[in-house]
Amino acid sequence: MHELSICQSLVDQVEQIALSHGAKSVASVNLKIGPLSGIEPTLMQHAYPYASAGTLAAESTLVIELAPLIVRCEICGAETEAQPNCLVCGVCGDYHTKLVSGDEMTLMRVELITLEARNDV
Amino acid sequence: MCNTCGCNITRGNQSFAHKVVNGTTAVAVLDNLLAKNNDQATHNRQHFDKHRLLVINLMSSPGSGKTALLEATIDAFRNEYRIGVIEGDLETENDAERIRIKGVPAYQITTGTACHLDAHMVHDALHQFPLETLDLLFIENVGNLVCPASFDLGQHRNVILLSVTEGDDKPAKYPVMFRAANLLLVTKSDLLPVLDDFSLERAELNLRKLSSIAPIKLLSARRNLNLQAWLDWLSSELAQQRERIRRGETVWPQLEPDSVHSHVETI
Repeated sequence: MHELSICQSLVDQVEQIALSHGAKSVASVNLKIGPLSGIEPTLMQHAYPYASAGTLAAESTLVIELAPLIVRCEICGAETEAQPNCLVCGVCGDYHTKLVSGDEMTLMRVELITLEARNDV
Repeated sequence: MCNTCGCNITRGNQSFAHKVVNGTTAVAVLDNLLAKNNDQATHNRQHFDKHRLLVINLMSSPGSGKTALLEATIDAFRNEYRIGVIEGDLETENDAERIRIKGVPAYQITTGTACHLDAHMVHDALHQFPLETLDLLFIENVGNLVCPASFDLGQHRNVILLSVTEGDDKPAKYPVMFRAANLLLVTKSDLLPVLDDFSLERAELNLRKLSSIAPIKLLSARRNLNLQAWLDWLSSELAQQRERIRRGETVWPQLEPDSVHSHVETI
């Protein structure tokens, strides 16, 4: 249950980016979250309005893209989808696999509402 | 200047960096959500390496025997290694006091309501320690199989305890935590004769399903059963850490995507 503190540090990060670009506010924040990241996307969505209240990100939308869980087998080379508690190869069943995707917790993109742009409109 | 926060974007290249559409500017970031914690953890790790320390993060459920394991380890290594302990709990100095009775420096972090230690808390605790006089530093994390797994503290190895009373399916229930293990200790083995529902084979199968190659050791700290296997693992890890320091290298507890092969060779 650390989603609120992660959300608060996310909002800090986003505000710094907004300030460094002279933005008026933040329109949207895009994250990519994998099932093995330890972060629950639903809880992030619940926490976001509280963490962003009173900041440049207050009116922004949090968009979470779910990363698929994919492993590559070191024995047979196959890339298959997996489950969080079963990361064995979907083809040969060996457990010597590497995670290709699934533990991401990445801030991908921020959309800013910029002062210059407002002047253009 | 970096490529993540936007500080590399200047007035000169700004028009190339961002596409302005209908009054909004999209900025690509690609930064980890725990970047701040991870930066602090990297700093802690440099600090540990400078002092030639091996740092172990102990994680488990509350009550699976982390402090008892430390007490037995301190007794066994009394004449071999100099040990320090950072204790994490929501409240009380109880665990640090148990360690201090053994004559070992211990610092208690009380987190209040926080369910895990983070790299900043550990950094603050380091100032209370004579790091230059230690060989091994244990960080006993808050008893919790969820949150501590996500926070790098700067440690070199993660050791996860699973007591036999908890059940052999814990790795399947808490995959993020058990995936992080460099070593799994199945503790309270002296209770196995009275438990008919814990199977070491099933526990191992559940761990392997997480694609984990971590070794598993069964022991009882209280009854001093099979403690030697754990002590040998620690001595071997400390020797490897010193060899890394000699070469100017360090190690992260969790596998980098391309380091699985080299890790296999070390076991």
